Amino acid sequence: MPQYAILIYSPAPADPMDLTPDYVELLERYPAQVEELGGRAVTGFALQSSTTATSVRGDVITDGPFIEAKEVIAGFMILEAPDLDIALQIARLNPATRDGGAEVRPLFVPPME
Amino acid sequence: MSGGDDGGTIAAEYAVADAHRREWAFVLAATARIAGDLDLAEECVQDAYLAALVAWARDGVPHRPGAWLTATAKRKALDVLRREKVFRSKMPLLVEPAEEEVLQVPDEDAVPDDRLRLVFTCCHPALAREAQVALTLRLVCGVSTGDIARAFLVSEATMAARVTRAKKKIAAARIPYRVPEAAELPERLDSVLTVIHLLFTTGHTAPSGSDLVRADLADRALHLTRMLLALMPDEPEVRGLLALLLLTDARRATRIDVEGRLLVLAEQDRSAWDRTAIAEGNRLLVGAFRTGRVGRYALQGAIASLHAVAASYATTDWRQVLGLYDELLKVWPSPVVALNRAVAVSMVRGPAAALDEIEILEQGGRLAGYHYLPAVRADLLRRLGRHHESAAAYRAALDLADNEAERRFLVARLAEAVDSGSGRSSEG
Repeated sequence: MPQYAILIYSPAPADPMDLTPDYVELLERYPAQVEELGGRAVTGFALQSSTTATSVRGDVITDGPFIEAKEVIAGFMILEAPDLDIALQIARLNPATRDGGAEVRPLFVPPME
Repeated sequence: MSGGDDGGTIAAEYAVADAHRREWAFVLAATARIAGDLDLAEECVQDAYLAALVAWARDGVPHRPGAWLTATAKRKALDVLRREKVFRSKMPLLVEPAEEEVLQVPDEDAVPDDRLRLVFTCCHPALAREAQVALTLRLVCGVSTGDIARAFLVSEATMAARVTRAKKKIAAARIPYRVPEAAELPERLDSVLTVIHLLFTTGHTAPSGSDLVRADLADRALHLTRMLLALMPDEPEVRGLLALLLLTDARRATRIDVEGRLLVLAEQDRSAWDRTAIAEGNRLLVGAFRTGRVGRYALQGAIASLHAVAASYATTDWRQVLGLYDELLKVWPSPVVALNRAVAVSMVRGPAAALDEIEILEQGGRLAGYHYLPAVRADLLRRLGRHHESAAAYRAALDLADNEAERRFLVARLAEAVDSGSGRSSEG
């Protein structure tokens, strides 16, 4: 099955400690929904608040996320799904899409010789 | 070469051109399922059409040209896949074909789904709208990249890159080659209908550029909608779209006068409207409304129908037009719809009432840069006798309009407004 990265964006600073109880409840139901739709979560992580981020470009180190934006990466998961339609259905159910969003990107597989 | 051979060649060329117009989508769609890759399918289908030129000139045109082309293209695809086992292992087929299915002679009526698969893949929401349009023309209609580029006023290289990028995304992100399930169908179908409608309006309104290519776009859109309706006869919105296109297209010949000047609805020669198209459009609408599930296309079609059956602009049933716009705004809350609704308001409640609606739209700001907004405002002011303000609004519309016929119309109206304004010293 193809694998996709689902990059989760939430309003800055996206601190997981600030999640509301009903958001947490939706998150707890999420893995079962992923399975039901025919996908498999290979792995997934939430990130600490974007105020803890440090960016590096060339030799310059700066405080904060790489791009200043209203929404920041809050987490990501690696998903196995039969096709993009299923991957999009799964991404759509992620509670982050209510006040933020999710980007679905196929993982790169090096071409075989 | 003997005379007979020439005759055979001409007949073959004619038959191939005809099959290209009628059967391209069917042949490509069936081949794509075997090839599992749109690029490969396209290549094989092009090869099959080339092979047909030779074979049909030699052996005569087959009884079912589409079946011949499909079998030939599928066989070519299968050959390539067999030769390139590696390709096959790294690009697993989207739909695994059974060997016997590949070799059997296809039947146009038995597997209509392939064309639907192709349409829904080309119009997948994960693709940008402009890519959906380009892919639909290229893959479903078989229009060459050069012709698509000319129709949309971009360079051929730009259009080729757009098509290639879209095809790569389909392969890399695994956009599936299938008809959406019932639950997602309304949303996905809407995307298909939007693409077709966009093709039609690009052809019909001709924002700029060559007229000939544009007329072809409108015809392509009509043809596509007919195909879609044949494949999805139970969808009222497909019916609604075909009705809308027919009822709008019925006015095609009367939209421009002999000097190429744009004629607005009120000025068009209604006796020259295509009555056959209007009758067909009306029949389709009755069918769509009978289902009780009308959407924006059926509602727009119904509005077009009220215009089509009215004896004149003034005697149009504006009250009903306004009622339909109210319904339309509920299912499709677009500022463009609200602008058109304002015109109906002006006919029912007068231009002053409509001007209030226009001001709300201007404050909303979503139509900034849309030349019809100042054009409608100018017309309302003209009807209110506020000629100086009207002239200013016509100038604002001219700054935004690109189409030559529309610009000439606006220039003429501007001149009238200036004349009327200078004739009334009280205003100056």
